[in-house]
Amino acid sequence: MLEMRGITKRFPGVIACDDVSFEVYPGEVHTLLGENGAGKSTLMKIVYGLYRADEGEVFLNGEPLRITSPNQAISHGIGMIHQHFMLVPTLTVAENVALGLKSSRGALTDLDSVSARIVELGETYGLRVDPSTPVWQLSVGEQQRVEIIKALYRDAKLLILDEPTAVLTPQEVDQLFVTLRTLTAGGRGLIFISHKLHEVLSLSTRITVLRNGRVTGSIPVEGATRDSLAQMMVGRAVKFAPDGADAKPTDVALEIRGLRVLRDRGGEGVCGVDLDVRAGEIMGVAGVSGNGQMLLAETIAGLRTPTAGSIKIVGTEVVGMPPKGVRDAGLAYVPEERMKDGAIGDFTVSENILLIDHNDPRYLKHGMFDFEAIRKHAQRLVDEYTVKTPTLDTPVRNLSGGNIQKMIIARELSGTPEVLVVAQPTRGVDIGAAEYIHTRLIGQRDQATAILMISEDLDEIFGVSDRVAVMYEGQIMGIVDPNTATREQVGLMMAGVAQDEALSQPT
Amino acid sequence: MLFQRGVQGRRLLAYGVPMAAVLFALILGAIMLLILDASPLEGVKAMFEGAFGSSKALTETVLKATPLLLVGVGITIAFRADVINIGGEGQLVLGALFSTFVALNVPRLPAVLMIPLVLLAGFVGGAIWGAIPGVLKAYYDVNEILSTIMLNVVAVQLMNFLLRGPFIDPGEIERGTSIPQTERLTENADLPLLFGSGRLHIGPVIAVIAAIAAYVLLWRTPLGYRLRAVGRNADAARYAGIPVKRTIVLALTLSGAMAGLAGAILVFGSESHRMVTDGSTAGFTGNAGFNGIVAALFGGLHPLWTIPASFLFGGLLVGGNALQRTVQVPSALILALNGLVVIFLVSSDRFKRRLLDRKATGTESELGDDPTGPDPPDPSHPEDSESINLVNRGEV
Ligand SMILES: Nc1ncnc2c1ncn2[C@@H]1O[C@H](COP(=O)(O)OP(=O)(O)OP(=O)(O)O)[C@@H](O)[C@H]1O
Ligand SMILES: [Mg+2]
Repeated sequence: MLEMRGITKRFPGVIACDDVSFEVYPGEVHTLLGENGAGKSTLMKIVYGLYRADEGEVFLNGEPLRITSPNQAISHGIGMIHQHFMLVPTLTVAENVALGLKSSRGALTDLDSVSARIVELGETYGLRVDPSTPVWQLSVGEQQRVEIIKALYRDAKLLILDEPTAVLTPQEVDQLFVTLRTLTAGGRGLIFISHKLHEVLSLSTRITVLRNGRVTGSIPVEGATRDSLAQMMVGRAVKFAPDGADAKPTDVALEIRGLRVLRDRGGEGVCGVDLDVRAGEIMGVAGVSGNGQMLLAETIAGLRTPTAGSIKIVGTEVVGMPPKGVRDAGLAYVPEERMKDGAIGDFTVSENILLIDHNDPRYLKHGMFDFEAIRKHAQRLVDEYTVKTPTLDTPVRNLSGGNIQKMIIARELSGTPEVLVVAQPTRGVDIGAAEYIHTRLIGQRDQATAILMISEDLDEIFGVSDRVAVMYEGQIMGIVDPNTATREQVGLMMAGVAQDEALSQPT
Repeated sequence: MLFQRGVQGRRLLAYGVPMAAVLFALILGAIMLLILDASPLEGVKAMFEGAFGSSKALTETVLKATPLLLVGVGITIAFRADVINIGGEGQLVLGALFSTFVALNVPRLPAVLMIPLVLLAGFVGGAIWGAIPGVLKAYYDVNEILSTIMLNVVAVQLMNFLLRGPFIDPGEIERGTSIPQTERLTENADLPLLFGSGRLHIGPVIAVIAAIAAYVLLWRTPLGYRLRAVGRNADAARYAGIPVKRTIVLALTLSGAMAGLAGAILVFGSESHRMVTDGSTAGFTGNAGFNGIVAALFGGLHPLWTIPASFLFGGLLVGGNALQRTVQVPSALILALNGLVVIFLVSSDRFKRRLLDRKATGTESELGDDPTGPDPPDPSHPEDSESINLVNRGEV
């Protein structure tokens, strides 16, 4: 149904897509795979009318497609689910779906019939949401369902999903896949983008791999394996479980006692947490999102005030300190939402790297910035962490997601912190970069940093952690050894089963 | 222009568009002149000559531009930190009152000490009047647009009280005329004249130095970096350990201080060397607290570009007065003309951003808004000409 021929798209300093050809047939799930910055999103934005290709042609059902706006894309039956949702939080589900559409009743709204249709679509495709709920009350997974409903409501025949699973819990991913399979069974075509190879293998019918804007191969899913895909993407074999010498933990560097923290919307989110992380070990925190992990991380970083408890970083009590004080005590922090909390999109790469140490005398001369020193520092980090950017003066918003993440990690590790708190370190990051980030985390551990790593990705938890704390409803259910515990056991604890009971389950 | 050199074409657009906007406003003004049966050509000539035609006119324009520039520089500092300061009028008044207070109380100080002291007093007065809304915003979540406007009102009342009471010229009471003005302030505080005679004093030089200092502050120092970081992404700044609340207070404090300095210059650079009021702020400031905002917008919210912008806008104001005198048009027309300039400038801002976006990516279709949802937060700003969007700020 869709055919792209010889698509080339250039941005200042980069060729995002280079002579790409690509097609989608009805009823298939065609996956686009590629490293961060390979050009996947750019290619899809061309289909959706957000960008115009410099060269090449797009055909839809055999007809040349010339569109300049998403509006036209939609009227041609193309729908796109962006990674960042485009819903109005204060409006209800039905209002969001109806937004921008003509009412069947002229000047009056027809929300009741919209609602009826939403319920109907929900039943057909397993996308249950209440049309009258305001969007801000929905979970991330539910918001995504609304996005899909919006596209289906507009009768999309071809659906583009750009990293739809990055923000979902494993259960939500399973649910999403059921829906997507129903859609393709009905003859719709799907373009799917993800960095998680097991998802790609379970959902796709065909896989096209992009590297540096070029197609390196297009293969049916049969016969593809994690290793072969990784090889095609990165151009070399990728190790999925990073290896390194065993951890040699020493003294406790992060000590948490009786910590209690309130949620924004009322109720206690962290309910009496005790936790020790030793210098030279990685403590993984596993848990379904929303069980208090982020509150815990933000409280350690001084971004929230606990109602009770103490947090010590190498012996210094940091509760009550401002974020700067906590950082001075030896903390580095990689937040979960990189574009919102970790980087300033309008600032350049070198300015972003300067974010945590713009006061450092090494980068100042007579009280003013020493641009030469700053440039050297930034260049060194960019090279060391292979951050893909045209120049150091490129605004960070023009970088691809994985490269922004690498830049943030480079910045946070540059000061060799005593304690590092990282949340979802490889979310949205390609496998090559994820491998690299994991290696760096382990390297940092071996330099005697205490690392608290929050992740919803059990592969990551098991692959990188030296010990795993499982969080459920604001409490630590127990701490297990990833070498002896199984995923099932951790999964049970994540669902609230007590540690002894979970560990006594047959494996 | 953060750590990089701007691109020529972008810069042309960034400054060409506002110029075109002013031109459009003037053309509309010419049409209004036609309707009023006056010759537009004569009008333009009168305006130009009145503003730039003689050394006297130029002096007038430069003096008019001085408070605009100082207020405008303050505005650029505030806007870079994403706070809006509509309180220039009040801050001007407070700066003037503080410096007048000093001059009235220690009149015998030699000029070398006196002049820096009254300028400093103005700076401090404005800073305090800026810090108040800063604290209210940062710690009590009070919208700074509202609080700065309210403080303008408080400042007028304070000025009227002081100039009718404690500060009033004793001579006014003796004569029973009771004009609200101070006595002729000490000569030791007279701002030195640039050419030994005439009216041109060191005020404009101070304003230009302030603009350069603001540029250095914003782009060359850690403090300015924090201001800009908070302005661009307060969350990320906070996560990185920047004290966001303190930075917001500081932005409004500095912004107010610039206006306060202008207030002192208005008093000690005036011909009468008194502080006088007609009962409204405008009677003392000539609306510089508001017009300075326009000058800053005109200058693309960049402190250095605000220098020529203030000069041109000052010329427009002075030229407008000349127009009124020579062509005999109602003064309301001049007001309308100024209003037009403001409206055109502010609305050209959005247009400019679109053009710049287009240039930045080299294609047109990027402009297509996604109709399935609200505009994604528009991240595209030209680096060195800031844009504001009074209407779309979430809190307004
Ligand atoms: N608006 C833009 N201006 C300049 N460069 C851009 C722009 N958008 C993307 N790029 C560049 O184009 C390249 C491809 O980016 P794209 O977002 O398509 O990558 P991606 O494959 O989706 O990566 P990821 O997996 O990280 O999402 C990157 O090098 C990126 O820096
Ligand atoms: Mg992408």
